[in-house]
Amino acid sequence: MADQDGVYQVLQPSGKLKAGAKPALDDEFVLEGLRWMLLSRAFDAKATALQRQGKFGVFSPVLGQEAAVVGSALAFDPRIDWLVPQYRELPAYLIWGLPLRNHILTLSGNPVAGRIPDDVKLLPTQVALAAQLPHAVGIAWGLQIQGREGAVLTYFGEGASSEGDFHEACNLAGVVKAPIVFFLQNNQWAISTPRAYQSAAAHFSDRAAGYGFEGRVVDGNDLLAVYEVTREAVERARRGDGPTLIEAVTYRMSFHNTTDNPSRYQPPEELEEARLLDPIERVEAYLRERGLWSVEREKEMKQAAAEEIEAAIAEAQQAPPPQPSQIFDNVFAELTPRQAAQRDEMLGRSGDDG
Amino acid sequence: MAEMLYRAALREALIEEMDRDPKVYVMGEDIGRFGGAYRVTDGLLDKYGEMRVVDTPIAEEVIVGCAIGSAMLGLKPVVEMMTVNFSLVAFDQIVQNAAKIRYMFGGQATVGLVIRMPGGAGHQLSAQHSHSFEALYGMIPGLLVVAPTTPEDAKGLLKSAIRTPNPVMFLESMSLYNMKGEVPGEEYLTPIGKAAIRREGKDLTIVAVSRQAVLAQLAAQKLEEEDVDAEVIDLRSIRPLDWQPIVDSVKKTNRLLVVEEGWPTYGVSAEIAAGVQKRAFDYLDGPVERIGGAEVPMPYNQQLEKTAIPSSDDIIRRALEMVGKKVPA
Repeated sequence: MADQDGVYQVLQPSGKLKAGAKPALDDEFVLEGLRWMLLSRAFDAKATALQRQGKFGVFSPVLGQEAAVVGSALAFDPRIDWLVPQYRELPAYLIWGLPLRNHILTLSGNPVAGRIPDDVKLLPTQVALAAQLPHAVGIAWGLQIQGREGAVLTYFGEGASSEGDFHEACNLAGVVKAPIVFFLQNNQWAISTPRAYQSAAAHFSDRAAGYGFEGRVVDGNDLLAVYEVTREAVERARRGDGPTLIEAVTYRMSFHNTTDNPSRYQPPEELEEARLLDPIERVEAYLRERGLWSVEREKEMKQAAAEEIEAAIAEAQQAPPPQPSQIFDNVFAELTPRQAAQRDEMLGRSGDDG
Repeated sequence: MAEMLYRAALREALIEEMDRDPKVYVMGEDIGRFGGAYRVTDGLLDKYGEMRVVDTPIAEEVIVGCAIGSAMLGLKPVVEMMTVNFSLVAFDQIVQNAAKIRYMFGGQATVGLVIRMPGGAGHQLSAQHSHSFEALYGMIPGLLVVAPTTPEDAKGLLKSAIRTPNPVMFLESMSLYNMKGEVPGEEYLTPIGKAAIRREGKDLTIVAVSRQAVLAQLAAQKLEEEDVDAEVIDLRSIRPLDWQPIVDSVKKTNRLLVVEEGWPTYGVSAEIAAGVQKRAFDYLDGPVERIGGAEVPMPYNQQLEKTAIPSSDDIIRRALEMVGKKVPA
């Protein structure tokens, strides 16, 4: 089912199945995927507005990459599998069971209230590029040596794949046959640095050969193709056949994060082209063709997403605000004498600075 | 003299040195097309082309390693790390190689390399993007470490850094890029290893590093209203450290307060306190006082972040205590 350039696709941009393609997802599942994608997009818009109002700090939208994130996350079982994210994968966090309220609290600077619940197998957002990949291998390997079931999904971008941590993580994962899926979102831009400046390789997935495991390149804007390729990778991991590197070819349709202004460097025609390949419209067209999508249905689902977001925001507002003295919590199991003195000073009691 | 932003002064230093010496080149992430995360290298790509303004893959270890190799060949690389924490990825190249190559080659190879990196907190960039590493780099023999706090020094120290045959950790402050100040119109260099007396005073000496030197000057102005006459010394150079003006000042004021944004344990302030008690013990009327950042990873919440870094009010309060004045509630 590969295109001439080897990129796996099931749904064409028009929403029509490729000739001979058989979708691995049933209609109900596709609708569920679309629901997550719409929620993600609605949250991006809301979060951007809240950031501009000073209510959220810096944040990175998913916009344009919803199929890559949702399609891959849905291929896992959050009850036994682990998610090790970067910072642009909100719908995967939610699929794993993080309450949206907690994510909102984190973005609004209330880490105590926004803490990841103990039963959610998710690591916190990582902003040091590729630093999560060795951790992900460690978790996968840890599951393996303890004989526990479960695999690991870890996300990163094509830019992060230039870091040494990426290569070292893949290499070790290959050697120990760790049950892990390295999911590379090639969104064409690392802030202002275009894809061609990161690697001379035709596909980032080609690198997998050098580590001795399978590499696949998939149309990252095709929910069905992403799901299918990731599903195969999960099964490979569960069989004990080791890691997979998946490159999802997609496009960052928004800024890197809220401090960025892509109009300085992104050719407008490129963004126009990307809009024609919108991952959400593709799924909508597919479902419409099957008689499962209508103007009313779309309105309903978008309304439900907006309500879910508003409810989560309202719930987040109920959480107690963080206290200055809490900044000292959890640096160590117990405060050091200097920390205790600093905390006392902060609380207004004069303290010896140790 | 012309008024100029700190970031523009840095850019002017790069332009003057690149014009003067074809061996000078700049490299880093998002520095060409994007003009740098803090716009210091804005327009340099158009002016000097891709061979001298190099946008790199995201790989700090190889950026610094490659810069070291080219420096050994006689080039003068000026590397930009997008924020100071990115340099931790290249720490092995910096500590094990940049700082040691001259020594290990018996002086036959030199590493004339500048690594520019913005640090400090106050921008809600959270725990992994907000650091003050003056002490971390200051402790390593083989590295020169500077932290300019004015546009004039930013330009003058960067030009000196580019011209020295030693590796220089050039610590910029995210909070100072938009600060304006007078910059001499004619060619000048600010020497590495010299502190600057920003304000003369007789009641106590405040030595501060990086952005805290700016806050110390604000604090000194307000202390004047309380009849406290503080002398403010901006360290500028962390390694080598300029003892003379600090010791001379303490002999005059008999009281010393040292301020840094970084964590105080084993910090710059610890080094200065140790050095001053050795050099001017009999002149001190009280213990050397220190103010540093809260010993925690930097909070992301705006209010919590503010409480985690020293403010000019913190400096004022401590100074008043030191001279025995009533501290306002």
